Amino acid sequence: MSTDKAIRRRDFIRAAAALGVGGALWKAAAPASGATVWQIDPQKCVQCGRCATECVLNPSAVKCVHSYQICGYCDLCGGYLQPSAKARTTGAENELCPMSAISRTFIEDPFFQYIIDESLCVGCGKCVKGCALFGNSSLYLQVKQDLCVHCNECAIAKACPGDAYRRIPAEEAYLLKTRTEGGNAQE
Amino acid sequence: MKLLKTLTPVLAAAALFGGVAWAEFRFPMPEFQSGYTYPEMHTPMPGRTNDLWDTVLLAAALGLAAWLVLKRRSRPAVFGLTLCSLAYFGFWRQGCICPVGSMQNVAEGILGVEVVSIAVLSFFLLPLIFALFFGRVFCAAVCPLGAIQEVVAVRPVMLPRAVDRVLGFVPYIYLALTILAVSTGSGYLICRYDPFVGFFRLGASLNMFLAGGVLLLTGLFIGRPYCRFLCPYGVLLGWMSRFSKWHASITPRECIQCRLCENACPYGAINIPTPDKTPLTAKEGARKLGVLLALTPILIAIGALTGLFSYPMLARIHPTVQLASRIAGEEAGRYQGMTIESEAFRAGVKTQDELYAEAHAIRADFKWKTALCGAFLGLVIAVTLASLSMAGCRDDYETDRRACVSCARCFPYCPVEKDEVAVAEQKT
Repeated sequence: MSTDKAIRRRDFIRAAAALGVGGALWKAAAPASGATVWQIDPQKCVQCGRCATECVLNPSAVKCVHSYQICGYCDLCGGYLQPSAKARTTGAENELCPMSAISRTFIEDPFFQYIIDESLCVGCGKCVKGCALFGNSSLYLQVKQDLCVHCNECAIAKACPGDAYRRIPAEEAYLLKTRTEGGNAQE
Repeated sequence: MKLLKTLTPVLAAAALFGGVAWAEFRFPMPEFQSGYTYPEMHTPMPGRTNDLWDTVLLAAALGLAAWLVLKRRSRPAVFGLTLCSLAYFGFWRQGCICPVGSMQNVAEGILGVEVVSIAVLSFFLLPLIFALFFGRVFCAAVCPLGAIQEVVAVRPVMLPRAVDRVLGFVPYIYLALTILAVSTGSGYLICRYDPFVGFFRLGASLNMFLAGGVLLLTGLFIGRPYCRFLCPYGVLLGWMSRFSKWHASITPRECIQCRLCENACPYGAINIPTPDKTPLTAKEGARKLGVLLALTPILIAIGALTGLFSYPMLARIHPTVQLASRIAGEEAGRYQGMTIESEAFRAGVKTQDELYAEAHAIRADFKWKTALCGAFLGLVIAVTLASLSMAGCRDDYETDRRACVSCARCFPYCPVEKDEVAVAEQKT
């Protein structure tokens, strides 16, 4: 009789524990959705350069992207040329990018196109800073989702002084700037 | 500066025409005559996040581990599965996401801070549910953190029971701190101080490499130091395993008290028989229970008070509190120069008063939450004391269901098992 009771009590405790775990599941899963990924809010980025150094990957999964739609296609590009550049040419001594990852090509007078070679970019954000200071901010940093290893806690997010990292749904994995009718930059 | 000079007229012109609606748009977007089209932006979608495939694999590995431990009773097979898990969940998946860390996501989900995906939730729940039915088979052969330590445990020595018990209290502290950090938005402590993920990824800060290296070196002689004396998820698994329906037993049939398994467990999870102990009389039992019941609220109160007094120290793990104290220090002239954080703050729109108010609110939040943590730890001490003093009488060598990681190391020590195998062989 007493063993019967003991077994029943044990079963009860087990069922209660399973119920508790299930309850936690339900509560936690209530707002459930699909997977999330880390991404940089370009409006909050302060171009500190930590994206290049804090990522668990080397080189970082953060790369510079270019929203061509809002680029001014300037000859005098703050993202491409060093502030002290002597000439507006593709000479290495004039380039701001330490990896020479931006290529400049002539389109039509007076416009130049700037394309980033992702395989060279290290995500240091030097061009982003230049473009933000002297341009339309069409260059900005984004986490490239095919490179990112999706850490549970993003090491860069923890170190970001601008609090620019956040989790977003994996279906829309980027926070891109686009041109709208009013001429406003939007995510 | 030369550049700025060149730019000034352009800026002035742009401002004059009033075409700038957004502060960033200094230059008008060109209207191309040459039929130029914008290049495509390269925005690849995530290749592999924590998807269903990993959940299925985890469930399969747990099922296989349970079968190998409880039915096959084969130490080599369990060890083989351990190696496979180390290779896949450790080195291939780079140790993320793991059930140990997933408890933080789930805690955030319960607090409503973050949405938790089904995959993360199942990573958290599956090992717990398996522990509820089969014991800690997850620790035995699936967890990559456990696996790397299982591999290096080549010459483990047994720790004195008392040392084991005292160090075994640390995971509870770690658990409380983890939940505290998550609930206050201070980040994921388990992930930040994961000692082995650096090896899996072949990259970490020097300090974490050193910590991992020290733990692995310790693990040569003291079995599974992280699992036993740090892992906060192990606490939850222990609670589940304590009430598990089935559990690995040292002997497949009846214990013959041969004492051969006495030193078999490097993790201190074998309870030795207590034949001399006589059961407590009702009067003694009642007195003991009374003392424990009186002691419990006192211990909880002491814990809560400790929390109330130590919260300013703990609040410093929150980045906003750190920033506020840095800014206050800079204003008072205690620091030279600025950090990247303080520079970013000063460039932003938030005022210092707002920052201080925010930090103050966070500290207040820490105050009662730290007190709660202290109370929890007091309760843990009380329950531990109760379980120590109320321990029942045992006639056989048994596994300590809470601490046993079901690694099957003790199985080959049992002569009953060998006898059984020999009989089976004779029959065939």
